Amino acid sequence: MYKALVYVTLKPSILDPQGTAVKKGLESLGFSDVMDVRVGKYLEVSLEAEDKQDAREQVEEMCKKLLSNPVIEDYRFELMEG
Amino acid sequence: MKFAVIVFPGSNCDADCYHVVKEVIGQDADYVWHQDETFKTQYDCIVLPGGFSYGDYLRTGSIAKFSPIMNEVIKFANQGGLVLGICNGFQILTEAGLLPGALVRNKGLKFVCKDTFLKVENNETPFTLDYTQDQVIQVPVAHGEGAYVCDENTLEKLKANKQIVFRYSTSAGETFPECNFNGSSDNIAGIINKKGNVLGMMPHPERCAETILGNDLGKHVFTSIVSWLKGGGRNGE
Repeated sequence: MYKALVYVTLKPSILDPQGTAVKKGLESLGFSDVMDVRVGKYLEVSLEAEDKQDAREQVEEMCKKLLSNPVIEDYRFELMEG
Repeated sequence: MKFAVIVFPGSNCDADCYHVVKEVIGQDADYVWHQDETFKTQYDCIVLPGGFSYGDYLRTGSIAKFSPIMNEVIKFANQGGLVLGICNGFQILTEAGLLPGALVRNKGLKFVCKDTFLKVENNETPFTLDYTQDQVIQVPVAHGEGAYVCDENTLEKLKANKQIVFRYSTSAGETFPECNFNGSSDNIAGIINKKGNVLGMMPHPERCAETILGNDLGKHVFTSIVSWLKGGGRNGE
């Protein structure tokens, strides 16, 4: 069994009003050195695969087809065994 | 004319669309469940209604695009059939790749439910021919994720091909940045595909199609479809 830790983030060109709101929250808490905050998504996908390469290909396909929208988002993932 | 109103789990404007088609403009309509794999009859127009299909999980419209009936909707659209996506329906159409771009969180982060003014930027489409060019109509919006975004290249193409159909404006039709409450690119409220048979719009014309609701100008999105079909048009001609 494999586990993929998938990170989906907004492309740099897409405004992130949620991130801006979090940044303001941090500032009002006194974290005045915060330069920028971007909010993204984190998904854990457990899957069966023949080997790591197979798992990587499957997750790549999942990211392209459903987990991210290439118009607005980028993705990356880490793959772990077990 | 026969309309299909697709019902996804979480659709909540399906009954309004069905009502407008059936009772207000006097045409045939069927509800079609998203799990259906084929259309049981021939339709002239397919409506993807507003709501929160699949709870908006992951991204708005992202799961709905894999509903069995969507294969048929995509096939219908590719053959030149008329498809109207309202609000969540617009989000589904972009996720399904039938319209370019995407809809993201409103710039103010709030769900906005209010009347807006729209300028009809192109009245030469099957969905707007009963409006006059540059007509201003008042149509309500109700969305949290309705900011239309696309890359520069796509935006230029949308402009060049007159694919921008509705823009947020003042009551006088001025498309000032102040009218752009959700942060859409270029005040975009609705676009059509290049072929001219698939329209997506965030505002809800079905909610302002009868005078008892204070305004019936939204009705003409639906009457335009009938006028266009009666004119024998196909493939966006």
